Amino acid sequence: MSVSLTLVIIMGVLYAAGVYAMLERSLTRVLIGFLLLGNATNLLLLIVMGFPGTAPFAGEADYPGDEGAHSDPLPQALMLTAIVITFAVSAFLLALIYRSWQLGQADTVEDDAEDLALRTRTAEAEAALGEEIAVEAPTDFVDAVAAPLRAIDGADALGLLPDAPVNLPDDRKPEGDRE
Amino acid sequence: MTPSLLVPLVVGLPLFGAAITLVAGRRRKLQVSISVTTLILTLALAIVMFLIVDAGTPLAVSVAGWPLPFGIVLYVDRLAALLVAVSSLVLLAVLLFSVGQGAADGDDETPVSIFHPTYLILAAGIFDAFIAGDLFNLYVGFEMLLVASYVLITLGSTESRIRTGVVYIVVSLVSSVLFLSAVAVIYGALGTVNMAQIAERMVDLPENVQLLLHLLLLVAFGVKAAVFPLSFWLPDSYPTAPAPVTAVFAGLLTKVGVYAMIRTETQLFAESDVNTLLLVVALATMIVGVLGAVAQAELKRILSFTLVSHVGYMVFGLAIATPAAIGATVYYTVHHIVVQTTLFLAVGLIERRAGSTSILKVKGLFRAAPVLAALYLIPALNLGGLPPFSGFIGKFALFDAAAQIGTPLMYTLIVGGIVTSLLTLYALMRAWNLSFWREEDDSVETEARIQHLENAPAADEVSERRVIPRIMTAATTGMVVVSVALTVFAGPLYEICERIGSGLLEPVSLVQLIQVEEDS
Repeated sequence: MSVSLTLVIIMGVLYAAGVYAMLERSLTRVLIGFLLLGNATNLLLLIVMGFPGTAPFAGEADYPGDEGAHSDPLPQALMLTAIVITFAVSAFLLALIYRSWQLGQADTVEDDAEDLALRTRTAEAEAALGEEIAVEAPTDFVDAVAAPLRAIDGADALGLLPDAPVNLPDDRKPEGDRE
Repeated sequence: MTPSLLVPLVVGLPLFGAAITLVAGRRRKLQVSISVTTLILTLALAIVMFLIVDAGTPLAVSVAGWPLPFGIVLYVDRLAALLVAVSSLVLLAVLLFSVGQGAADGDDETPVSIFHPTYLILAAGIFDAFIAGDLFNLYVGFEMLLVASYVLITLGSTESRIRTGVVYIVVSLVSSVLFLSAVAVIYGALGTVNMAQIAERMVDLPENVQLLLHLLLLVAFGVKAAVFPLSFWLPDSYPTAPAPVTAVFAGLLTKVGVYAMIRTETQLFAESDVNTLLLVVALATMIVGVLGAVAQAELKRILSFTLVSHVGYMVFGLAIATPAAIGATVYYTVHHIVVQTTLFLAVGLIERRAGSTSILKVKGLFRAAPVLAALYLIPALNLGGLPPFSGFIGKFALFDAAAQIGTPLMYTLIVGGIVTSLLTLYALMRAWNLSFWREEDDSVETEARIQHLENAPAADEVSERRVIPRIMTAATTGMVVVSVALTVFAGPLYEICERIGSGLLEPVSLVQLIQVEEDS
């Protein structure tokens, strides 16, 4: 199988340019990079088809080393499928870029918010992650104290009901209730 | 009717369903019933197909009657049939979950008219990838499921989803281009895309060319399977999607990549050997992934990192490359599809119940929602690999297969696997301790409610969101039951996996494939 050197060089340039453009943060350049990569791959399929110019199945080969050969139709079918897929995905990407621009007036790839949050996590949060079950109950009745009786307007409507009255030793009662 | 007619239906049915649901876009109930029916039918088909194939006759269909090896062939062996059955079950459960969620949310957050058709196309793509008998059809299957996943991950196109969706989409595009280039180069070298024929002709190539093609394919599939150096996109992009979407992505999309790697390793490149490389990569995937999970404070991100780390186990099994190890890998894959999906569904319920998935914020869920606690705890223990659950069985089988080889590298991997399993358990149990066991601090919550009332006095949305629709709980419970069934029926299932393991290492030749195609 002999291949055209021109095609190979063009393919190489397209791949290189595509990868370079995809490394940018701007989404439009990423799209351009993707289009270049897609076309480079299509060219690759064209190259593996063999020497161009002969008709599929019916071709008479007059190239040295290719006696009786004909163009292989299968890569052309593969290429068409690949072109359709690239087309659909580019349309989707364009819509995505437009939406991104609409939302933030920006079309760049941004840093992940959660990653940034993790990097700046406070010591307090770290401690909370490390702690065991927070409330260690010293007695069985400790829950009774923990019930907050904050009066807020419309508390009943929210389904917040104060706990049932309990008898407590004097020192455990909330501040205002002591005799 | 011959059984081989079932094979194209597995892909055709969801595609047909997608078309009808698209037409019925404005009638939500009709749409829901169509997509549920479609997936129930597909599940039934998949089970029948699995029973036929497991009885010993693989199925092959040449599409549109083109004679082999020129036409497209769909080939179903035990591995493909098992994975199609499991994934259709998972897809059905997640669909029911999302129906519950959509009904409870109203349609403002998720535009339902697009969700159902896209979901069915995703299903068709997954099935197509599993039953593809040639490399290019595998590529088309990948593209179908990827394009559908692009839509699903940016559903509603909110700012955060667009931001993370872009990362996911660009990474997937690069891997697709790599895959297509690999297909082109393989066609150039061998003159065929039929997998059976590729396997036969591959041995004639010079060894370094084989290695090149092998690595090209592995990199393309490695991105999809989220294997270590290629896995960084996953924890960034999965957590922001809607809960059911994340669940199905986590369960199935990476596994399609793993499936493609299994085919590549066992069938296409039987001679070319990169197992040492794969072992190192598997170790790195396990350790780096789980360390990421330990550092996170957000449940969905913890799960995404454990997902990455557990792909390492499958690559590990693949790299051991004995029949026992391949069987164990298949068992582990099935276990992981079910358990990871279940966990993400449970987290979806937590998000709905508590309004957040940050383990620093969520508290006191054990008292508030004991059923939810059980639904989280069982798959969490299972994923952590506690006996007697299926996670333990799968890991034990992997370690056993590795110990039979017995090289120092294998023992290193076993130690790495045990450490990963313990750290997974640590990360998940810490989340359990903080969000379920910790007593609720009422004052914080009350303040949040006051805040909420101040912001929107008319709507009482907080309490509304706290109601979990019964169908969501039912779908999650169903998945938990399936995951427990993987343990209870581990014996028969493991025997099937062993048959798959020994069958995969003797790849079908083209002659056999043609014979199968004529028979079925």
